[in-house]
Amino acid sequence: MNPSRERLRSTVPDDSTAVADPRSDRPAHKVEHVVVRFAGDSGDGMQLTGDRFTLASAIFGNDLVTFPSFPAEIRAPAGTLAGVSSFQVHFSDSDIHTPGDKPNVLVAMNPAALSANVGDLPPGGTVIVNIDAFDERNLQKAGYETNPLEDGSLDAYVVYPVPMTTITVEVAKETGAKPREAERSKNFFALGLVSWMYSRPLEPTIRWNEEKFGRNRTVADSNRAALEAGWNFGETTEVIADRYEVSPAPLAAGEYRSINGNTATAYGIITAGQLANLPVFLASYPITPASDILHELARHKNFGVRTMQAEDEIAAVGAALGAAFGGHLGVTTTSGPGLDLKSETLGLAVQLEIPMLIVDVQRGGPSTGLPTKTEQADLLAAMFGRHGESPIPILAARTPGDCFYAAVEAARIAIGHMTPVILLTDGYLANGSEPWLIPDPESLDAFPAEFVTEPNGADGQYLPYLRDGRYVRPWALPGTPGLEHRIGGIEHEDGTGNVSYDPANHAHMVEVRAAKVARIADDIPDAAVEGDQDADILVIGWGSTYGSIRAGVEQAAQAGARAAHVHLRHLNPFPKNLGALLGRYDRVLAPEMNRGQLAMLLRSRFLEDVQTLSKMEGSPFLAEEIAAKIQEIAEARS
Amino acid sequence: MTDTTTESTTRTRKDFQTDQEVRWCPGCGDYTILASVQNFLVDTGADPAKTVFVSGIGCSSRFPYYMNTYGMHSIHGRAPAIATGLASARPDLDVWVVTGDGDALSIGGNHFIHALRRNVNLKILLFNNQIYGLTKGQYSPTSEPGKVTKSTPFGSIDQPFNPISLALGAEATFVARTLDMDRPHTAEILRAAGAHRGAVLVEIWQNCNVFNDKAFELVTGKASRDENQIRLEHGAPIRFGPESEHGVVFTSRGRAEIVEVSEVGEEAIAVHDAHRDDPSLAFTLSRLSNGPYGPTPIGVFRQVERPTYDEQMAQQLAAAQKRSGPGDLATLYRTGGTWAVSA
Repeated sequence: MNPSRERLRSTVPDDSTAVADPRSDRPAHKVEHVVVRFAGDSGDGMQLTGDRFTLASAIFGNDLVTFPSFPAEIRAPAGTLAGVSSFQVHFSDSDIHTPGDKPNVLVAMNPAALSANVGDLPPGGTVIVNIDAFDERNLQKAGYETNPLEDGSLDAYVVYPVPMTTITVEVAKETGAKPREAERSKNFFALGLVSWMYSRPLEPTIRWNEEKFGRNRTVADSNRAALEAGWNFGETTEVIADRYEVSPAPLAAGEYRSINGNTATAYGIITAGQLANLPVFLASYPITPASDILHELARHKNFGVRTMQAEDEIAAVGAALGAAFGGHLGVTTTSGPGLDLKSETLGLAVQLEIPMLIVDVQRGGPSTGLPTKTEQADLLAAMFGRHGESPIPILAARTPGDCFYAAVEAARIAIGHMTPVILLTDGYLANGSEPWLIPDPESLDAFPAEFVTEPNGADGQYLPYLRDGRYVRPWALPGTPGLEHRIGGIEHEDGTGNVSYDPANHAHMVEVRAAKVARIADDIPDAAVEGDQDADILVIGWGSTYGSIRAGVEQAAQAGARAAHVHLRHLNPFPKNLGALLGRYDRVLAPEMNRGQLAMLLRSRFLEDVQTLSKMEGSPFLAEEIAAKIQEIAEARS
Repeated sequence: MTDTTTESTTRTRKDFQTDQEVRWCPGCGDYTILASVQNFLVDTGADPAKTVFVSGIGCSSRFPYYMNTYGMHSIHGRAPAIATGLASARPDLDVWVVTGDGDALSIGGNHFIHALRRNVNLKILLFNNQIYGLTKGQYSPTSEPGKVTKSTPFGSIDQPFNPISLALGAEATFVARTLDMDRPHTAEILRAAGAHRGAVLVEIWQNCNVFNDKAFELVTGKASRDENQIRLEHGAPIRFGPESEHGVVFTSRGRAEIVEVSEVGEEAIAVHDAHRDDPSLAFTLSRLSNGPYGPTPIGVFRQVERPTYDEQMAQQLAAAQKRSGPGDLATLYRTGGTWAVSA
């Protein structure tokens, strides 16, 4: 966020900027950015509503970041707090990095949704409620003793009660829908109303509705009728006082699409296969929030992508390893509990020195933890979660779109250095979306896998562990005549790969495997500092905290703190310049959605006094939480 | 076997041996099986470059180190999963899994049944010695009830698995049993297994002379084997005994029962049909004994054709390419709609 935008963080309209929308007779106030949160029962279609609103905003040209949040239960008891699902979208006329700290507008489809979300609204925020859902029973289920719409508890907000269900059922009658069916379209009413408020086009949603539901005329017609009724309700009733408009953002020129992290990861894997000239073999076991990567890859068999839904997490990583042994780009995707189960096989992959890719879409843990909520507490598990000295390179993606590039980079390292690689994303990246500048495939650097076809030892012998200067061993595929060899989990002699219990050889092999991974530092870019180059405070992060940290550092800078930001893609090994870089700053702060795992690694590696800012609430940092901590450190110094 | 190279005829057993010292206990049944497998590969003209042995953990799982083919000694119980990935990715290879009763049926039980039901094109050789050898003598999932070992000083209270029944229940398309010391029979079964396209289970009763010696004596020993080996042959009446005086009939209640041929008449004796699509008769045969404790069938229980996992995987890829053309990244990235931002 730049200073000029910061002055206008609130959405209080400036009438001098009112603009006309040809589709509406009502003037719209120009605002720079808006945060809208749709909240309802998990059966109310809030994720769909948010998705559609997002896409319309994206097509309109805004920059945006989204934050979907939903319960682990597919259908928690209707109307309860446990069943509340929400979708927050932040859209702006300039470059933004977070889903927004506080919503300007909350759409609450029932009392539980209001109760669970209204606390996040700043005073003066707008609340649109579906008044039809505020009956005694729903109020009771949400824990309200009195009706918040009547007892004055919402006086700090601008509240618009709208009979969404009644109107939806009324307009859907003409389509032949029965009331119970018609009621389901009420999320489209909400979408239409908010689209009117923020001058979003309806056409993309109408088109999508036709594609998705066209075969079921009643549903498609009800949805469309409700959508248009929502828009018309805003336009004609004057219940809602003001309309707003957020201009397109000056994004870099090019062709864009909206993408979430799981789709970007899947595209990255397909692309990596092409760049490596290897067929992709993905074996995975369904697990939230990683399953969508399997679903996406399963659709693209025309790229030669083989996908297998394995019988368990262990089989998944095993099959990926077996395929990798056969010369495929072996990939397995999972989330925390699955990573635990895969650890023995990962140790085998380290011992064999076979290239493969493991994607861990982190979620709240330990155990089942918070399956649908985000966390980044698997870093140490990725680093050390195997017995023995078992080094594995680790990368992390920073935004949904960046998952694409991170997956490609992870595969490049795996193949180039004959090693399993763990890519860490998380639930926030997996489901969150952003506009993505579509890359030109031709512009991506290829890293074709190289297989040996001739013996590399004396007397025509093949030595599977004869290393190059980077300690990387050759890759010979089964089927290659004359290179028959055995590899295994038992310690083996360097060079020949023959079983060896020789103590000196084991010591050597442990060091060689570690050195091989450490040498990857020669093959990755230096860490680059963003922001104030002469800052006193360095904020260091990794993974999905990128947007929050960047916005937080900018906020703190406006308040006078001298802070800079470095965000790590490579967590093992670290970039070569990192130690020197940390040494340049008086204070180093590491905000993490864990208890300080990166901080622990940095402290032990560089003996730097890294401070931790933790958040383990299943949701990303707010920019202001990070800004406040930076300011606290800045003030303590002065 | 896929190999047809011209030099195959000139290979000898030595070509399939490695320079690694074989380190099983002297007298172990594994030596015989190793020789049988190597001879089988020579006899069928197998190409070492196209042959892969994948194993888990246990005495038998050292097998790949002694085979001059491609090989992987992996982790406990996971060989069928690893081999599934390899065989699915590389249908051009002959993939063999060497495993034991602990490896396949205990820690790896899940992968074992799923590899069989998927009909992955791999051959599982299960060396069953009814004991844990490498960890020095604990009871295994095929040990008899009451087995006294270091971990069961008062006798095992576990009901054992019958590997043949288990494999049939797991929808396996090829299920057979043979005996380590009966080299002609082993050769015959390996030949049938090698010719089968799809998942194979060959249970090999293997004597562990250190921790469970003579476990199979009743069925394999000279004195008693004629009375206790029921040799299944497709298309032949199921008869056994020194004078073939015993036979097997299927009762109207769906059981296999042992009878005297002289009492029921030759025409009443069941004729073995390994190719029968319905596995229930094969299963019934597998229940004639639950281990080497009485007359026990050996041979091929079941051999049926079903599309393999790798074939179907490849067919889906081919169909997708036919339908949508080869993958194009630029098109892929644009799935679901795009918009342009101008400079």
